[in-house]
Amino acid sequence: MHRTGELYGQFKTLEQQKDSANLGMWIFLVTEVMFFGGIMLVYTLNRHVYFPAFAMGSNTLSLKLGGTNTIVLLASSFTMAMAVWSAQVGKRQLISLFLALTILLGFVFFGIKYVEYAQKFHHHLVPGRSFDIFYCSNHPTMCDDIGAEEMETERDELEKAKSLDPDLNSHAQLYYSAYFGMTGLHALHMVIGAGLLVWLLKNSFAGMYTPRWNTPVDTVGLYWHFVDIVWIYLFPLLYLIDRHK
Amino acid sequence: MTTKPLLSAPQLPEKHYLNQTYGIWSWLLTTDHKRIALLYLFSVTLFFFIGGFFAMLIRLHLLTPSGYLLSADTYNRMFTMHGVAMIFFFLIPSIPAVLGNFLVPLMIGAKDLAFPRINLLSWYVYVVGAAFTLYSMVNGGLDTGWTFYTPLSTVYSNSAVAPAVVGVFITGFSSILTGLNFLVTIHTMRAPGMTWFRLPLFIWALYATSVVMILGTPVIAITLGLAGMERLFGLGFFNPAMGGDPILFQHLFWFYSHPAVYIMILPAMGVISELIATFARKKIFGYHFVAAASLAIAVIGFLVWTHHMFLTGQSTYAALAFSFLTFLVAIPSAVKVFNWTATLFGGSISFDTPMLYALGFLGLFLIGGLTGLFLGCLGTDIHIHDTYFVVAHFHYIMVGGAIMGYLGGLHFWWPKITGRMYSEWLARLAAVILFVGFNLTFFPQFLLGYLGMPRRYHVYPPEFQVYNVMSTAGASILAIGYLLPMIYLAYAAFFGKVAGENPWPSTGLEWKTASPPPTENFHVTPVVTWEAYDFHNRPDLGLDLPGGMAPAPAHGDD
Repeated sequence: MHRTGELYGQFKTLEQQKDSANLGMWIFLVTEVMFFGGIMLVYTLNRHVYFPAFAMGSNTLSLKLGGTNTIVLLASSFTMAMAVWSAQVGKRQLISLFLALTILLGFVFFGIKYVEYAQKFHHHLVPGRSFDIFYCSNHPTMCDDIGAEEMETERDELEKAKSLDPDLNSHAQLYYSAYFGMTGLHALHMVIGAGLLVWLLKNSFAGMYTPRWNTPVDTVGLYWHFVDIVWIYLFPLLYLIDRHK
Repeated sequence: MTTKPLLSAPQLPEKHYLNQTYGIWSWLLTTDHKRIALLYLFSVTLFFFIGGFFAMLIRLHLLTPSGYLLSADTYNRMFTMHGVAMIFFFLIPSIPAVLGNFLVPLMIGAKDLAFPRINLLSWYVYVVGAAFTLYSMVNGGLDTGWTFYTPLSTVYSNSAVAPAVVGVFITGFSSILTGLNFLVTIHTMRAPGMTWFRLPLFIWALYATSVVMILGTPVIAITLGLAGMERLFGLGFFNPAMGGDPILFQHLFWFYSHPAVYIMILPAMGVISELIATFARKKIFGYHFVAAASLAIAVIGFLVWTHHMFLTGQSTYAALAFSFLTFLVAIPSAVKVFNWTATLFGGSISFDTPMLYALGFLGLFLIGGLTGLFLGCLGTDIHIHDTYFVVAHFHYIMVGGAIMGYLGGLHFWWPKITGRMYSEWLARLAAVILFVGFNLTFFPQFLLGYLGMPRRYHVYPPEFQVYNVMSTAGASILAIGYLLPMIYLAYAAFFGKVAGENPWPSTGLEWKTASPPPTENFHVTPVVTWEAYDFHNRPDLGLDLPGGMAPAPAHGDD
């Protein structure tokens, strides 16, 4: 189909094109809800059956890193919303600025996630043959990033969890499967989102988005907010299972 | 003085979508929904014959009670690959991605789907998924059954499970993209005057199908994703040895795979509505009910999945609820069958080839649907669960229903797709061969199942041989019935008689443009001022109907 200006040949008006693109993105997000819904069901069921192991696994995550990442993502949602607004009112330089900020915050998230994943790797908490939830309590010298006091609490918790669930290690491994599955999928969506944002930024430098036509900014914005909302669910589900001490 | 003949022989249009551009890249990089439909036609036909080949081996093997042809292990691989090829790579994309792709924009008066490039992407995604699955097939195939039950598929099977699972996972996204594209297109691309209740029932059926595709397919994607990770990296969600739950896999699998049956049958029902109306020259009886029944089937279809698992140890109360919900699906299905039958009453019926398929569908779907109730009933299911009764039941739905609908639709729209007509007597002959071959293949299987022959076994007691011989004989007839249309339809595409704009004639917008249509579908955007299937108010069709034409208002297009 030929394209005249912003209008693709299969459409009659920009209005129709915009409605189609927006509806398409919303429907896509519905499919995403079903996609994440499947793994959340798996998580929920296992958490229900193996609660002590899941609580234990959750307690080994770093609240500091996870919390910081939550704030980073919320901030990126704000800058994304500002980019959409700038496009609607036609402030061209602001679009690029806010898009760039959103990308930057996305990369801060990746950085922190990398630190977290690396830590789990060193602590033998990646599912597989070497998975060992007791690794740090048995080899405190290998986990020198855990403070003495923290280590003491972890030992107590492990003791308690072990008394509740004799097969703690394999069930904690299920928790970590869920953790890596869910945060991994989320991170994959972030990578795709970052790619889309770079594409928007390139177009925005070329001055493509005007108050008359800015639907791509709008739809990518919807996607980015959706990915943030997924994290808003993941954070409490994974980090805050049993932290009421 | 020269006189112009009243009716000149129809001519092919000078420029149409098939000869607009030439060369391999004009096909592989096309965004024209009609060309993408043909790309899909070639790929699903390939998989149909791959799946058919496996089916033939199964039937030949079962000719004798001890089975000389295949080893037990090979036999497992044959029925698994038959199922995988037929379900994921033929039945699910067949009507939506071939006929739907071709017809949705034409029927609603649009130039193309809302997202033509996503449409092309969906075909490439399908091809990539198909490549993975073919890789699995040529590397010994897989033996888990098309259901990929865990932990057999994730831990114990020695066959090429991983590439097949990856292939099916990838192909799912092609289905999601097609569904998304149809939903948006039907919402935003309708021509002026094409209101929701003037839409052809085929569009309503595809709308309902698309809803199932976008809600169900992501769930099978994540499920197969987790199962694949389990096989490759040892995740344990579905592995009881690691604390996982294999029944959870079955729940998630059937949450998609039962609605997937409706992805196969709903579009076929849409085709049948078009065929019955056209060849009875009558408005569909209870149009609104037939449209609503499609949506009802799509919705209720999501609430019945555990009827595949009645014997896996679920709670009796859950089984009761799901049995009841299963019975509920029968209501909208029956509404459709009754309304089609009522449409025939007092119609001006002709028995062209597509109509033969439609009438065949009515009978076969009726048998397939009613035997489904035997299986949805908790008491009888204990007796016939996992027997040939189940095999016969779902082949009546999928082959007798979905494939009959697909072939009927292909014959009906072939003059639109290619601009040329096939040989009518050959086509009628093939339709009859198919009907006879099909019943001979699958009816004995009801008896086998009722007598207790389990499915998926490579040997059976000698007293079952007579039915198995009948079934194999029927399958051979069926194979001829499938080869014939492929030959004469391909021949007709090049050498058939020129069909003209509206050969049957029928009322849809797709018949108001040239055959084959131009790349942009309509030279002028049509304006719709008539109701769906309103044969009595369409003097432009040139029909002489009993009761005559109603005093028709002048139509915008006349």
